[in-house]
Amino acid sequence: MKIAIVRYNAGNTRSVLCALSRLGYEATVTGEHEELRRADRIIFPGVGEASTAMAYLRNCGLDSLLPTLKQPFLGICLGMQLMCSSSEEHETRCLGIFPQEVRKFKAPNNEKIPHMGWNTIDAGDSPLFNALEGPLWGYFVHSYYVPLCTHTIALSEYASVRFTASLRKDNFWGCQFHPEKSGSAGERMLKNFLEEV
Amino acid sequence: MLAKRIIPCLDIRDGRTVKGVNFINLRDAGDAVELAQLYSKQGADELTFLDITATVENRTTFHALVRRIADKIGIPFTVGGGIRNASDVGALLESGADKISINSQAVADPSVIDSLAMRYGSQCVVCAIDARRNSRFDTPTEEGWEVYVHGGRTPTGLEVVSWAKEAYGRGCGEILLTSMENDGVKKGFALDITRRVGEAIGIPVIASGGAGTMEHFVDVFTKANADAALAASIFHFHEIDIPDLKIFLSQHGITMCNRQ
Repeated sequence: MKIAIVRYNAGNTRSVLCALSRLGYEATVTGEHEELRRADRIIFPGVGEASTAMAYLRNCGLDSLLPTLKQPFLGICLGMQLMCSSSEEHETRCLGIFPQEVRKFKAPNNEKIPHMGWNTIDAGDSPLFNALEGPLWGYFVHSYYVPLCTHTIALSEYASVRFTASLRKDNFWGCQFHPEKSGSAGERMLKNFLEEV
Repeated sequence: MLAKRIIPCLDIRDGRTVKGVNFINLRDAGDAVELAQLYSKQGADELTFLDITATVENRTTFHALVRRIADKIGIPFTVGGGIRNASDVGALLESGADKISINSQAVADPSVIDSLAMRYGSQCVVCAIDARRNSRFDTPTEEGWEVYVHGGRTPTGLEVVSWAKEAYGRGCGEILLTSMENDGVKKGFALDITRRVGEAIGIPVIASGGAGTMEHFVDVFTKANADAALAASIFHFHEIDIPDLKIFLSQHGITMCNRQ
């Protein structure tokens, strides 16, 4: 199986590579359009700021390529947010795969922002969560969130907001938490994405 | 619900974990990667690795070890010790660290916090503050604490709460507050200063220094409202095991991540 990790300026690629390697998979980190088109799975990680990331993606034409890809595609954290239509982070227009606006957490009770740490995930029935029993925990680090929508397949709650922890539309999947940093459950989700989706 | 975090800290010298009492008298506590794997398996929420000799001997930090840790463990980890500039940070993040912690360099040149936050994002910049009581900073109602640097040897003349606010204002994403008064002596965390730092800033506070019993953790979460608690020797020497600690804290109504 050919796994491609999208190379851009907001990646946390080594953590994802290490998690895949623990699962027995190798992946290529690439921004080459042809290589991305040919891959069996695409992972789009992300740590950083939306407008800088989108400027980079536009600059290398990935903004028009990524939404046209047909293979299973998983955005993580900022990667997932960039798959939405726009973000309140520096009023950024994003890739438009999910018709949602990414919003900034308010802190009505002086909650700390970013939402950082382990939080429970309320997951629906989806192959991404196969073989995961009992309370599901994910590691989150983010100041912006995707509101609940028709594409939401798992939700979480912070600062009095229930938000999208995971979503799916056709071949496109997203996780707000970091499966590559969420211990064995996170690794199981990555394995599910590679083998069950 | 967001869980409070338990963070074992591994002080590293030559790839091995060491632990001192009041910052000196180092004892060997084992291979760093093996310990990290054990803690991850036991349910630690994050790990912190401090290269304790880096500043002192002006050594560059321990990238090879960081890479081995990233290979082996699937939970977030922070590295610190002797970080001077953005290229040190870039290399550590590329090696697989999730966050970096800066201490002496941030005091020497506070603008380093702004530039790191701008370049890599606040979420990966932890400002470590080593604090000691100093009555010079006392107010009529509160005990004063002073910031120390260089492994706790050099007083800076900075008051702890105001330095924490400045670091927060410059864009750091977390404060790791170590009480040198309490460190290694197992009499409990410094509750008052931890609570005051947390109330002064809008980012998480990791309390460090002084954990000796499970009740000390209950206190730091309930009385000082810390977001995370960090400890070293009690974990390294099996005085408290993480699974038992998490059960105990859950029984006291504190939200713990009990991931499988």
